[in-house]
Amino acid sequence: MTSLLTIRNGTAAPLRTIPILGAVEFAEAVVGAPARGRRVASLFALPWGTSRAPHLAVVLAHDDAGVLECGVTEIVGHRFASMTESCPEVHLFEREIAENWSVVPEGHPWLKPVRRWQTPNDTTTAEFFQMAGDEIHEVAVGPVHAGVIEPGHFRFQCHGEHVFHLEIALGYQHRGIEGALVGGPKKRTIHQIETLAGDTTIGHAIAYCQLIEALIEEPATARGRTLRAIALELERLANHVGDLGALAGDVGFLPTASFCGRLRGDLLNMTALLSGNRFGRGLVRPTGVALDCEPARGQMLLERLHAAARDIEDAVSLLWTSPSVMSRFEEVGRVTTATARSLGLVGPAARASGLARDVRAHHAGDFFGASPFDLVTNEAGDVFSRAYVRWLETRWALDFVRARLLGLPDGPIRARENVPSTLGASLFAVSLVEGWRGEICHVAATDDGGRFLAYKVVDPSFHNWMGLQMALRDQQISDFPLCNKSFNLSYCGHDL
Amino acid sequence: MAYPAEVPALSDRYLGRPKMDVARCGADCQACIDVCPTDAIVRETRQEGTMGAGKVDERTSKALRIDLGRCLFCQECVKACPEGAIEFTGNHRLAARTRSDLVVEGEAKRLFAALDERMLRVFRRSLKLRQVSAGGCNACEADVNVLNTIGFDWGRFGIQCVASPRHADGLLVTGPVTENMRAALLKTYEAVASPKLVIAVGACAISGGPFSGLGAQNDGLGTLLPVDLYIPGCPPHPLTILEGLLGLLGRIEHDAPP
Repeated sequence: MTSLLTIRNGTAAPLRTIPILGAVEFAEAVVGAPARGRRVASLFALPWGTSRAPHLAVVLAHDDAGVLECGVTEIVGHRFASMTESCPEVHLFEREIAENWSVVPEGHPWLKPVRRWQTPNDTTTAEFFQMAGDEIHEVAVGPVHAGVIEPGHFRFQCHGEHVFHLEIALGYQHRGIEGALVGGPKKRTIHQIETLAGDTTIGHAIAYCQLIEALIEEPATARGRTLRAIALELERLANHVGDLGALAGDVGFLPTASFCGRLRGDLLNMTALLSGNRFGRGLVRPTGVALDCEPARGQMLLERLHAAARDIEDAVSLLWTSPSVMSRFEEVGRVTTATARSLGLVGPAARASGLARDVRAHHAGDFFGASPFDLVTNEAGDVFSRAYVRWLETRWALDFVRARLLGLPDGPIRARENVPSTLGASLFAVSLVEGWRGEICHVAATDDGGRFLAYKVVDPSFHNWMGLQMALRDQQISDFPLCNKSFNLSYCGHDL
Repeated sequence: MAYPAEVPALSDRYLGRPKMDVARCGADCQACIDVCPTDAIVRETRQEGTMGAGKVDERTSKALRIDLGRCLFCQECVKACPEGAIEFTGNHRLAARTRSDLVVEGEAKRLFAALDERMLRVFRRSLKLRQVSAGGCNACEADVNVLNTIGFDWGRFGIQCVASPRHADGLLVTGPVTENMRAALLKTYEAVASPKLVIAVGACAISGGPFSGLGAQNDGLGTLLPVDLYIPGCPPHPLTILEGLLGLLGRIEHDAPP
């Protein structure tokens, strides 16, 4: 087995230390990854050498060892052998590479556009998987949906209410951010990072800042890191609590829906207490954070958290003891452990299908300080399981934020006010953060002038959209909103 | 909450409306222009400042203005200004009826007018909106959604988001209008019966925000649709959105024009 470059989360290595593998060796490393306890964190094309010819680059996460493995291979003649048939978790990565670089993953079983459709403006004319038979019908939904929600197109193959297959076409939110990041950092870069997925502002900003810190060899301060961890968990709390309420709403259970709507706002306002903005814009900056949490502010946060924790406990606990809720949550939208593993799911969706995957447990270093981290899993894989995992994570986060507020390290909130406009030259760095939806992976390579040669973002939704499609198999179409909310994936995070 | 009778307390770090004391600007200083990530600060070289016999009022002719429709409220300008001439006032009232009214100078009073009599008769007590997310990052969408919750409850003013454009009185648009959403947005607009309103929420829908200039999007609604109400912010605070809507419907008092 050819050895790959082994690095840790939030560190950089010279580009020349990444081994260039032969096509066969590279494919073996990727396809064999699941069997060796690895999973694909990122697979993309990287401009390489003086010719800048695209090479396939892979980042494998070896969770048990807490390390990342990287390798590249040349793309010869604009084609490479698709690995999707034997390693389904790369299916969307290969489609993305094909689209962005005009190369062909030969043998890909379902090669179609990800964001750039052949007919401009209309994904609905693209090819969809279709079933034939008496009384089989298609239901098409979107891109403009009934609720206040991002755009996507859903195509169901149904027999009556029964869904045989769901295919989701995305790309409507594509703004072209990855391309805009090349040549940076520029003055707009951090703002584009903070809006990759606005509900994950903190998660993506931390991932970016960890990369910058690796590329300038200047770590964040202890106080800055702790304030980031607090902000990250507040972001998780707001979204978990909001979604538990929305799940209640989707089964018509209004007490929890109403309470959680308000409580989510209370949690967003706690982030605003730290940053001035309900989504945490402007808080996380390279080498630390931009705004401190003085004792009086910390005290106010603690008091608000205390009150919110009590109300959250009351509102959410109602779900688990109400038969009308549980009968709608259980055994709906099931994703088996085997399916979750083969698709490479991440985050609460993976943990709710029994996979012990969490950046906080495996790749966080000392990010969470001395607090013991509870990696929560549940085997069931259904809507209940995804809701309950998020509930247990909510409880942990409430305790964690309170503990860290009481034990904020002294010292400066960031190591330096301004980051140099050029970074270390010809480096490669990887940064992982466990956002509320799961693993956020940013990879950057710098050119010989210390500018971004490539910047690859993998939002957790990129791994997980296929999970939702599998969850809908053999379900009632009326359960789609409930299943969808139990994943609550990002459209813009996928479309970037 | 009792809004608009009472304004709820916002974070002491909430920024709100910016204010610029151009009298303090150094002669050739453009530190704020240089650091602004979205070119929201512009230097106007105007002739209206000309006073008397060809004498130019130096200060007026170089007046710096902040375009609230481009501003991300990031404070880079505040940090860069050597004279401390820029501050954010914590005032959540930011919405405007025209694009040019978003470009503010100094402490100029806010310009705002409710809909005309004919439109008010139709929409004042019941405004049903179809929301279209066209490349938004989901932050604007989230803070529109929050207006439905028991806290803000815009339903008490007869405002509601509806599922079909056929049931709507107008569109509430977020995002810079990606190329991939342009056709769907225009089709949705066509499906709304006249008279209809268009409300642009957030820096993206107004100007493209942090994505302005990128090829896969259209720098906001711009020339695509006629806009009746602009609500700046990245994202706007829910209170800013609600205040703009209530102002449009003539249900809240506004600063009089200067």
